[in-house]
Amino acid sequence: MSDPTQVLAFETDCHIFDGCGFPGPGLHSFLFEPLWGDPEGNAYFNKPMLLALLGSLVIVGFFWAAFRKPKVVPGKLQMVAEAGYDFVRRGIVYETLGKKEGEKYVPFMVALFFFVWMLNLWSIIPVAQFPVTSIIAYPAILAAIVYLTWMSVTFKRHGLVGGFKNITGYDKSLGAILPMVMVIEFFSNVIVRPFTHAVRLFANMFAGHTLLLLFTIASWYLLNGIGIAYAGVSFVMVIVMTAFELFIQAVQAYVFVLLACSFIQGALAEHH
Amino acid sequence: MNLLVLAAERENPLIPPIPELVIGLIAFVIVFGFLAKKLLPNINKVLDERREAIEGGIEKAEAAQTEAQSVLEQYKAQLAEARHEAARLRQEALEQGTALKEELRAEGQRQREEIIAAGHAQIEADRKAASQALRQDVGKLATDLAGKLVGESLEDHARQSRTIDRFLDELEAKAEAAR
Repeated sequence: MSDPTQVLAFETDCHIFDGCGFPGPGLHSFLFEPLWGDPEGNAYFNKPMLLALLGSLVIVGFFWAAFRKPKVVPGKLQMVAEAGYDFVRRGIVYETLGKKEGEKYVPFMVALFFFVWMLNLWSIIPVAQFPVTSIIAYPAILAAIVYLTWMSVTFKRHGLVGGFKNITGYDKSLGAILPMVMVIEFFSNVIVRPFTHAVRLFANMFAGHTLLLLFTIASWYLLNGIGIAYAGVSFVMVIVMTAFELFIQAVQAYVFVLLACSFIQGALAEHH
Repeated sequence: MNLLVLAAERENPLIPPIPELVIGLIAFVIVFGFLAKKLLPNINKVLDERREAIEGGIEKAEAAQTEAQSVLEQYKAQLAEARHEAARLRQEALEQGTALKEELRAEGQRQREEIIAAGHAQIEADRKAASQALRQDVGKLATDLAGKLVGESLEDHARQSRTIDRFLDELEAKAEAAR
């Protein structure tokens, strides 16, 4: 922690006209010196991990405070938590899966939504200021859980042959192009789908964080001579992008859960 | 170790390191576990209770409304009955009044006729008495006058012969005929 580069991820004493280049953000901005352990091996603990676990605690703490002793006539906190819960339950799960089929998946989707949202939110929370979901591992593990869920649902609902038909979009009326459709559908559903599911969230957060870093670093870097005027502009962009990120974080969490629901819906759907 | 060197070593940001996958899984399982096992069942129970409470309230309100409706119906029926009764009483009174009036009128008529009849009888009796008295007086006057003229008393004779009576009867008959 003594070396400032580990905290701020760029040279703090570097300004324009000082003869040093712009220390732009890059992949290195998404790597952290471990707080504990050896980065070469598989036993280490770094800032994103800490934020992920802290995020869990924040969510559990919030819902614990709100729902531990819920009341028929809700207090303010319970009302807010209920609104969030109801948003996922009615707005996402019931909308896609219906009340009867969807009820079972409500806890999973609620947990998924608030977990993703929280990990995204770290991006603009002071001191943390890093979206955990911009590290591929976190979206990947969540996408994998969703993938396993809808895959098992497919085969449980339709059996081995029926499940395979479901995944490959088997439809006799397609005639001669059926084999081609089956190959494309199989490829799209089994291989591409979980990948894009994870990467969609990862890339949005990665890009958002990079933009925030870019303008933040530029605000600091330009703070010299005539550059000060431009630093102001850059700082305004930091504010604007922060607000924009706030929006994107919620949208991406929503999209992630909506897609998870639509995958399960596809798994449950009867094919002809 | 410099971060830039580390970045160069891990070139592909799409390859997830195992420890972070594990931590991600643990973090999610913590959230899912608490929500699915404890907190969401909690709130679901309360939401159901709330729905029942609201439904109970609605049921109560519906029961109250039904009762109010039935009471209203009852009142309306009673009111209609009372109105009917009043109309009946009025009709009865009217009929009774009419009958009474009719009776009184008939009674009055009868009394009037009786009075008239009594008056007539009285008049007739008076007339007869007067006529009797007059006849006697006239007969006496006439015989007296005739006796004075003839110079002797014709009184007894006249009385015996009843001439005067006959004369007077004739006069009376003439008067009757002329009338």
